[in-house]
Amino acid sequence: MIEFRGVSKHYSRDIGLDQATFAIDRGDFVFLVGSTGSGKSTVMRLLIKEIEPTEGTIRVAGRDLSQVIRKRIPFYRRNLGVVFQDFKLLPSRTVYENVAYALQVTGGTRREIRAKVPDILRLTGLSTKLHNYPDQLSGGEQQRVSIARAFVNHPPLLLADEPTGNLDPETSIDIMRLLYRINRTGTTVLVATHDQAMVDKMRRRVLELSRGRIVRDEATGLYARDETTREFAQRMRAPSTRPPGLDVDLVPDEEL
Amino acid sequence: MRIMFFVREATRAMRRNAAPTFAALATVLVTTLVVGVFIPAVEVTNDAANTVRSRLIVDVYMKGSATRSDEARVHRELIAIAHVRSVQFESKAQAYSQQSKQNPAAYQLLGTNPLPDTYHVFPDNAGNVLAIHAALSPNGGVIDPAIQSVSNKKGYTKRALDLTSAVKWGGLAFALLLTIASILLIANTIRLSLYARRREVEVMKLVGATDWFIRWPFVIEGVIVGAAGGVLAIAVLGLAKVALLDPLFSGWSLVSEIRTIAFPALIAVMIVASVAVSALGSGLSLRRFLRV
Repeated sequence: MIEFRGVSKHYSRDIGLDQATFAIDRGDFVFLVGSTGSGKSTVMRLLIKEIEPTEGTIRVAGRDLSQVIRKRIPFYRRNLGVVFQDFKLLPSRTVYENVAYALQVTGGTRREIRAKVPDILRLTGLSTKLHNYPDQLSGGEQQRVSIARAFVNHPPLLLADEPTGNLDPETSIDIMRLLYRINRTGTTVLVATHDQAMVDKMRRRVLELSRGRIVRDEATGLYARDETTREFAQRMRAPSTRPPGLDVDLVPDEEL
Repeated sequence: MRIMFFVREATRAMRRNAAPTFAALATVLVTTLVVGVFIPAVEVTNDAANTVRSRLIVDVYMKGSATRSDEARVHRELIAIAHVRSVQFESKAQAYSQQSKQNPAAYQLLGTNPLPDTYHVFPDNAGNVLAIHAALSPNGGVIDPAIQSVSNKKGYTKRALDLTSAVKWGGLAFALLLTIASILLIANTIRLSLYARRREVEVMKLVGATDWFIRWPFVIEGVIVGAAGGVLAIAVLGLAKVALLDPLFSGWSLVSEIRTIAFPALIAVMIVASVAVSALGSGLSLRRFLRV
């Protein structure tokens, strides 16, 4: 689904990403971890083609991103769902309108909107908040709106950049549960986060970045792929039972 | 369906951003009003200047002894001079009847006709009057023995030319400045209101909206604001015309022949300008916020 081959991004002063090479398969749920400034956001911004790589090639769904011309970027972005730490909702629109906007952008008809939006809002548990404005919602609710907006088109790929960064632990679990549920419909999900505890509990494939380099790429096979979201939530709420050897298993970086 | 969607988006944005919308509307109203007052004012002064300029001609007075063949020869010579548009002959009898009508008592007293046969020489352009004058009287003499003299209003002509061209160019420069100032003012007001909404534009782009999908509502908003501001300005102007100017000029023969731009034409210019400036301003100012 996603393929980075020798991708570097140099900013005017420092290096955002340094020779990153990795691939993510269709239907995967992958975490991108690392401290602030490690290059997580650079990966995300490269994927939504907000910035261009200095070198290397990025392929998404088999398409080379450097071949997507500026004019076609909006159409490319419609194949992605994107969730941000600061939600990025339209403040002058209600919950319903915010989600509907993603469909209007793609030329969705009114009938289509009327059919799809209530569905996705039910899935995200926002049915009672249809006509509220974003500033009348809690952080968790706002993030759920932004996930609903990202997913209403049923994109094959969902990107989440620090989706729980502004939320408390309990709400974070709800959000992760929602992302997991979306993943189970076959959508590839890539989550950038620095919430180590969350990542440990989720037991999914982890890509760790440090100063722009991939320092760990680890698929822990400890989770059951067909875990229900309920079981998933239970496990997430359970006291931290770190699977042994997860942290010891660090792939050493030769050049460090 | 698409258009209706964009119009709804535009009106929603205006409702949600009432204060900036009002500011933009007020700016359009005031600038359009100023331009609307200024265009007729410039027209009137230009017209006055043109009237003065059209009176600038050279008179060539013939000798009393000039024969018909002399006259024909002089006429040919006058026509041949550069920058002469036309030459008009006025016989001494015509001149007498003309003048005695204006001042019957004085001409009654004179008894005989003291006026010479005259050629009025019209320049192609008022600015060339002095050149024609110089060509007609080289070194203070005359170009033909049948000519008695050439009217000598050199000083007056020069001053009239300087003054009228100053008025015209001044008016033009002022109009240009005013237009630029209006456009900048409107563009700036629109930019401010867009700046407040730049986050919204960014989000729209991230969701996958094309540039024009985002831009159309802004352009329509500009059209609506421009049209509303223009219509209000015209209403104020029309009120002022009916209430103040029309009673002032009716029955006042002195300035009765003021010719200025027709009111419907003025209205058309104002509305088109205000709509175009504010729609273009919205569309263009948005460009820098669309680079996401």
